[in-house]
Amino acid sequence: MQRRVIFDNKLLPYLLLAPQVAVTLIFFIWPASQAVWQSVHIQDAFGLRSEFVWFENFTAILSDPNYVGTLRITAVFSLSVAVLSMAVALLLAALADAKIKGAAVYKTLLIWPYALAPAVAAVLWMFIFNPEIGSLGRLLNAMGYNWDYRLNGDQALTMVILAASWKQVSYNFIFFLAGLQAIPRSVLEAANIDGAGPVRRFWTITFPLLSPTTFFLLVVDMVYAFCETFGTIHALTHGGPGKATETLIFRVYQDGVVNNDLGASSAQSVLLMVILIVLTTIQFRFVERKVHYS
Amino acid sequence: MATVEIKNVRKSYGPVEAIKGIDIAIQDGEFLVLLGPSGCGKSTLLRMVAGLESITGGQVVIGGRVVNDLEPKDRDIAMVFQNYALYPHMSVFDNMAYGLKIRGVDKAEIESRVAKAAEILELGRFLTRRPSQLSGGQRQRVAMGRAIVREPAAFLFDEPLSNLDAKLRTQMRIEIKRLQDRLGITSLYVTHDQVEAMTLADRVLVMNHGVAEQIGTPLEVYQRPASLFVAGFIGSPPMNVLDAVIDPSGQGVMMPGGALLPLARPRPNDANRPVKLGIRPEHLAINEDGLDTSPVLVELVEALGADTVVYGRLPDGEPLLIRMSGLPSCTEGDRLAVAPQPGALHLFDTATGRRLED
Ligand SMILES: Nc1ncnc2c1ncn2[C@@H]1O[C@H](COP(=O)(O)OP(=O)(O)OP(=O)(O)O)[C@@H](O)[C@H]1O
Ligand SMILES: [Mg+2]
Repeated sequence: MQRRVIFDNKLLPYLLLAPQVAVTLIFFIWPASQAVWQSVHIQDAFGLRSEFVWFENFTAILSDPNYVGTLRITAVFSLSVAVLSMAVALLLAALADAKIKGAAVYKTLLIWPYALAPAVAAVLWMFIFNPEIGSLGRLLNAMGYNWDYRLNGDQALTMVILAASWKQVSYNFIFFLAGLQAIPRSVLEAANIDGAGPVRRFWTITFPLLSPTTFFLLVVDMVYAFCETFGTIHALTHGGPGKATETLIFRVYQDGVVNNDLGASSAQSVLLMVILIVLTTIQFRFVERKVHYS
Repeated sequence: MATVEIKNVRKSYGPVEAIKGIDIAIQDGEFLVLLGPSGCGKSTLLRMVAGLESITGGQVVIGGRVVNDLEPKDRDIAMVFQNYALYPHMSVFDNMAYGLKIRGVDKAEIESRVAKAAEILELGRFLTRRPSQLSGGQRQRVAMGRAIVREPAAFLFDEPLSNLDAKLRTQMRIEIKRLQDRLGITSLYVTHDQVEAMTLADRVLVMNHGVAEQIGTPLEVYQRPASLFVAGFIGSPPMNVLDAVIDPSGQGVMMPGGALLPLARPRPNDANRPVKLGIRPEHLAINEDGLDTSPVLVELVEALGADTVVYGRLPDGEPLLIRMSGLPSCTEGDRLAVAPQPGALHLFDTATGRRLED
């Protein structure tokens, strides 16, 4: 039963909404419309005049072969980050759920990465992966493996995927743990009595019952990988070597801030927005159907 | 189908001993009810038989096989939980078929077994529904169906009816009884409801604080309670318990007020021994002769229709419950001469609370 709250004062609801609306207007609607406006203009080099050019910026980007490469890298990067961070988080959450002794400490430790600024996290990863000073980097080279993410594009991509996933594991872990603890113990016991071993119980009972959580995290993690990993990539590889770790969001920054091509950069942010909207819609339309909400 | 033996089974949670050594052999096809107050360890004992709880000491033997170290899935038992524990993401059909699929039963066989169970339980119309689309009683029946399609060696029930309303509970109770008669599968049934115990059980195990106070048929437990605890727990309203003394000749027992009640069997060896005297409210009757009885002051009369409960007080201030059939024949303030029916006296040791056998 839902109860409707009745306000006597006609103004109060609007007042209560105002801060949220203001924040949305100032920090989302306004810059987003600016991006849309700029994406159909070309500015001169000094930013003094701008000229309306219809979709010229868009056609230029879409016909740029590099852009297709960026799309591919973004897809690999985002999917890997989402899958890796969710898989690791689910594994850790299942362990924490199974043996809850000392869980407070365990959980706190797992949440720390989330509280870390991307730049700081990147420095930590550097201490691990740097071929000269990083512990693992030196070890790999000592073992005869030619490790240098500053020269090898695949290695660089692997490293940023690891770093970006690592930061998101905390977040996923909290949600997965809450989801696991919401599954009634007796349902799992019933499955055990019905003859299902631990692995089968996980895949036929636990995993389907977690699907609302998994779906939610898939959406959140994709958005994270698309938009919020800029700091990590910037600090670790600067999109390099070459363009090996240049994702869409990094290229937006590269073209806009570094190359000062605001039109191209804005057109890309608009494209990025569209891609995210399409992706999220697809997820809601098709993946959510398989989700069981109790 | 199989026997289930519980041999000196114990359970400790750290320093707390929840089950303090219980022994019982359940016959093939027998319906055993574990009855006791909340927290006495009924669920713990049942879950040890199921394998959901580790066994601290003793042995559980199902069908001649010691199962202490077997996983629940390898014990060939089925369990019905209080909250049903259905798989919420599966249809009613899949809920019932789950255990069979895992055990590799072939598809046609699964379908016929589920169909048969659905017919017995009148679930045919609901097979494609999810549990969330069923009423409590229907969910309960699905849980039963999930247990019976497996054709296990034993059924375990943990208060399966306690989430249902009174009417449905009665109905399901009868259904369970019918099902058990029909299938003849060895069953262990946990409840704290004595009506369920009395109506369902072949034998009842009355538990208190992790020990078996008495094991017996429902009638034995009612007619010859082995301890004060059982005497007070079985029967409603509960048995009256009075402090009394065996008279010097051993022929009768003296009430606190001085009245002498004759014993069915004299106890000359217990002359002058203080005892606890138990008399069921329904075994007290208004004494027409008015001899050798204490006048009871009537304090409250509850007319229940079919019978009447009188809350009385003996001359020395002890409360006394009397249950009479039919409508009340007395009112508050009356003094009644009451006497127990012959052979309706229960004597218990004052120190141990155990029954003094005749
Ligand atoms: N995990 C546990 N840790 C410590 N003590 C426990 C645990 N589980 C049960 N107990 C204790 O064991 C005793 C028996 O519990 P059990 O659940 O078997 O009672 P019950 O007879 O089923 O009661 P109810 O009718 O309320 O279900 C209780 O005193 C309980 O506090
Ligand atoms: Mg219980």
